[in-house]
Amino acid sequence: MGQIEWAMWANEQALASGLILIMGGIVATAGQFTKWYFGVYSIGAGVFVCLLEYPRGKRRKGSTMERCGQKYMTKVLKVFGPLTRNYYIRAFLHLGLSVPAGFLLATILGTACLAIASSIYLLAAVRGEQWIPIEPKPKERPQVGATIKHPPSNPPPRPPAEARKKPSEEEAAGAVGVSGGPQENPVPVIDEVV
Amino acid sequence: MGNWVVNHWFSVLFLATWLGLNVFLFVHAFLSYEKADKYYYTREILGSALAWARASARCLNFNSMLILLPVCRNLLSFLRGTCSFCRRTLRKQLDHNLTFHKLVAYMICLHTAIHIIAHLFNFEHYSRSRQATDGSLASILSTLSHQEKGEGSWLNPIQSPNMTVEYVTFTSIAGLTGVIITIALVLMVTSAMEFIRRSYFEVFWYTHHIFIIYFIGLGIHGTGGIVRGQTEESLNESHPHRCAESFKHWDDHDSHCKHPRFEGLPAESWKWILAPGVLYIFERILRFYRSQQKVVITKVVMHPSKVLELQMNKRGFSMEVGQYIFVNCPSISYLEWHPFTLTSAPEEDFFSIHIRAAGDWTENLIRAFERQQSQIPRIEVDGPFGTVSEDVFQYEVAVLVGAGIGVTPFASILKSIWYKFQRADHNLKTQTAGHAALNFDKATDILTGLKQKTSFGRPMWDNEFSTIANAHPRSVVGVFLCGPQTLAKSLSKRCHQYSSLDPRKVQFYFNKENF
Repeated sequence: MGQIEWAMWANEQALASGLILIMGGIVATAGQFTKWYFGVYSIGAGVFVCLLEYPRGKRRKGSTMERCGQKYMTKVLKVFGPLTRNYYIRAFLHLGLSVPAGFLLATILGTACLAIASSIYLLAAVRGEQWIPIEPKPKERPQVGATIKHPPSNPPPRPPAEARKKPSEEEAAGAVGVSGGPQENPVPVIDEVV
Repeated sequence: MGNWVVNHWFSVLFLATWLGLNVFLFVHAFLSYEKADKYYYTREILGSALAWARASARCLNFNSMLILLPVCRNLLSFLRGTCSFCRRTLRKQLDHNLTFHKLVAYMICLHTAIHIIAHLFNFEHYSRSRQATDGSLASILSTLSHQEKGEGSWLNPIQSPNMTVEYVTFTSIAGLTGVIITIALVLMVTSAMEFIRRSYFEVFWYTHHIFIIYFIGLGIHGTGGIVRGQTEESLNESHPHRCAESFKHWDDHDSHCKHPRFEGLPAESWKWILAPGVLYIFERILRFYRSQQKVVITKVVMHPSKVLELQMNKRGFSMEVGQYIFVNCPSISYLEWHPFTLTSAPEEDFFSIHIRAAGDWTENLIRAFERQQSQIPRIEVDGPFGTVSEDVFQYEVAVLVGAGIGVTPFASILKSIWYKFQRADHNLKTQTAGHAALNFDKATDILTGLKQKTSFGRPMWDNEFSTIANAHPRSVVGVFLCGPQTLAKSLSKRCHQYSSLDPRKVQFYFNKENF
């Protein structure tokens, strides 16, 4: 479990909680339920949470899949510096935001889910995770033929004989055939016949 | 287009049937609760929200029943095996079990939303009629429980005007279990998002076991009898069509109409989920039993670029090309099972997998084997699963495209072709097979050991296709891909482009499968 970045899951959970808060708030407000003003609060809090959580942070290892159109919110979040970077702040912010919605049945599910997201963020913060913005990469124009990389000058080393299953498989290679490629190997590759 | 229909007609039919059943169950339940006399008085308080809640509940029961079935992989293998006379396209649908599982999950989420919103309105209406002092039918009905204490013939679960809906929710069986299982559902869904599942599999795997809480909670959910309808006896005595108008006179001892009496609906969820639950328990027991069978590791090879090859033997194990197994290593993690495509050919006397370091579990496994202790870690195996990739052998010319570790199914196929050649298997139509290994770290074919000319860089597909079309002007060429979606689009386009309009000339058929 060492490599898990809890913040990534907390982010999904918080985003879902935001949506649940918005939905519950709309139901309570539209239905004019008792204490419906909590519903209005819930819509506002839900929208805020969704905006805050929409841009996904960068993973520590590997590439991160961006959410569609997240770069605009990323710019906004970067402005706030440590307020958005630090997960302790996020954890307590979400916990605080979830409390008022707990007074209305329609939004209580949002409270529970956001509180859970808050606790996962707390776990992430304890483990030293941080929100790192995904920077846009400059676009490179792919040139025709540039995908053909320079082959190395030496032929690759073959694994020792015992790792190769059947040494006589070059017959198969002959019978099976290889679809001809357009690439020219500048250094001839010798197929050894054992 | 014709190719797509031939390959997918069963999927379309199956999904249409499933959607149709959902719609039917919803509409049937909706009309039943909207029109039945039994719920006349209930509807007086609740309106249509009752029918919405019950209809979505029916669909929730149906889909909760279905959702366990696609993940019973041993059951599916059994079906696949017994169904060997079935057409291959039918059997291939069993490979899309996880897709179906996700679709059913989304449907459960949708109906959960409808169900909760409807019940929110229901509770609100109950609360309002309990507090109403206008002497309306609704308010009379809401006070019923206090007239006949101990008989439980109440309609409105809110016992007193001071009781809040929140209180009722958390003190009733239905409310409490409802909240718990919905939270469980949300957690399962957020941890199962593609991004989380692929990057942090353990989070998904362990969290998803909350489904146990979901099913137990679902079974208990309806036992409180909070949905009330008029009893049979009371209907005969004081039918609402006769008596509803004269509700102000129910108290009079000379009126023909008495107070209506109500009873709670019995729980029905357990009837839906019992059988699949039992099947799934049986499936887990079977997985455990199979995993206990001894697996002998005959050879361990550490390949460059952190790829571990394990050659193993297990009594009674028989495989076909393109199948996969689930592997568990108790010394790394007791509970985790990870899938790997089999890279050996069925003709060999062992089965092998190639494992690339791609996360916690795989890295720990590779490290455990690298240590070269006298005691190699014990491995448990479940499988094989998956539809046999016989299609490859049906084409005269087959082009197999694998990206990265996606070449593993083709390793098995190529080796099998070689063995079939060697044994002069006349069923083998394939005469030529080309293997394009993209962006492999090293140029040696570490998987098959087949010697072949190595080509560097990414192929230019237009050139490849036109060369093949020229070399085999009258053949049917099958193009098989195990790789990313973008590559699939690109190859599929080329297949259309380079297939000749004349059906007697070269035809390219694109097959994309998740091996």
